[in-house]
Amino acid sequence: MNFYGYRRTDGSVGIRNHILVMPGVICSAGAARKICERLPYATYLYNPNGCAQNHRDTELTLEILSGMIANGNIYGAVIVGLGCEMIQENKYMEAIRKKTDKPVHYISIQKEGGMKATVVKGMELVNQLKAEADQCQRELCDLSELILGMECGGSDPTSGFSCNTVLGNVSDKLVDAGATTVLSETPEAIGAEHILKKRGINEAIGQKLYDAVIQCERYYLEAGEDIRNINPSPGNKAGGITTLEEKSIGCIHKSGSRPFTDVISYGEKIRQKGLLFMDTTAYDVASTVAKIAGGAQIIVFTTGLGTPVGNAAAPVMKITGNHDTAVRLADIIDFDTSDSITGIKTIDQLGDELLHYILEVCNGTLVNAEENDISDMAINQYSSYC
Amino acid sequence: MNAVIMKDKDTVVTVTAPIAAKETVTYIAGAAKMSVVAVEAIPMYHKIAVCDIAAGASVIKYGEHIGFATRDINAGQHVHTQNMSSTLSEREGEK
Repeated sequence: MNFYGYRRTDGSVGIRNHILVMPGVICSAGAARKICERLPYATYLYNPNGCAQNHRDTELTLEILSGMIANGNIYGAVIVGLGCEMIQENKYMEAIRKKTDKPVHYISIQKEGGMKATVVKGMELVNQLKAEADQCQRELCDLSELILGMECGGSDPTSGFSCNTVLGNVSDKLVDAGATTVLSETPEAIGAEHILKKRGINEAIGQKLYDAVIQCERYYLEAGEDIRNINPSPGNKAGGITTLEEKSIGCIHKSGSRPFTDVISYGEKIRQKGLLFMDTTAYDVASTVAKIAGGAQIIVFTTGLGTPVGNAAAPVMKITGNHDTAVRLADIIDFDTSDSITGIKTIDQLGDELLHYILEVCNGTLVNAEENDISDMAINQYSSYC
Repeated sequence: MNAVIMKDKDTVVTVTAPIAAKETVTYIAGAAKMSVVAVEAIPMYHKIAVCDIAAGASVIKYGEHIGFATRDINAGQHVHTQNMSSTLSEREGEK
């Protein structure tokens, strides 16, 4: 199986050819946004950070932002800083150059001399990148060059037995074809760590999966939050979920049945093939962002109640097993798996159809989150702002 | 069809519509159409036992243990907090 993607000089492959404009710090977000308002071909990547974070959180922010820019879907980027912030030009460039050699420009408001001058300069740089990006052509790429992130949010009881099952089927098909799929959201696996342990490709990876979940649980316990005792929630129980194991197995179910080949950290660059586990928060936006920062070119997002979540760098495709949601929220749902519930289609048939649709999206078909121009951004952090 | 089985060896299925007592619940396991008669009302998206489950035995869904039966459960009964619970103290492989 193949798709048509953009080959980048750093070896990555993109399914989009975006020019990103990103504030280097929240203080310069207004200038970055203005550049994008004036140039429809510029893609705005909101950045809530850039300053006032401790060392550990600054590293996390840099890992994510450099990863987003390095994503194969991005041709090049313009970073619009303020000038006095903690993450200076050299810090950004160091982090980015560890991952990619693509064109990245940096300007700052204090150096350019105000808003107007910064916006004009930023527009010039975007136009320069646009001329170069237009020279890129899609080329035939093997499915082994695709990295697909799996996410869920706004779940309802249909998620566990319809869309998650279909996504698991697609994950198996992709892995068998040599592609990479990534499951994440460690807190959601609490209660299913013994199942994950059995799914490691070898004993060491199984233990690594198990340890990641236990460590996550301890982290929450230290913060005074006992995930085991508050789950399943009263709402979950009313919806038919009886135990934490049932809820957690339902969550990891969307990763299909293939063995996990590794566990990687939040936003870490994805280098392995096969099914991977990324150790992330269960906050769907922050988890989606981490996988895209790791290199995922596309996210398939299962939902029951429906959510419009999107990302600047990659298409976020919504699938639901709740037919009512698919109809009522038609402008945010991309794929309806409810035929698996009525028995009209088998999980395998729906898996084939979804895979076909994913390839169409890889080849350029826009998902609803792109049509709706949604660019959500959240980055995990350990501490309060300084 | 008004229920879904996740894995063929599961001992419970999830009903996809509200089920009244004495109503037949049908689902497809592999290629076979299976059924069980509900002995009591089952709320939508809740579980119904498709075989007898003895007190203390595992309740199986997704092909995995999701909890223990806390009393004898007969085929056709609603499986939820009143007759099933988690066994969090027995986390395998921790040591």
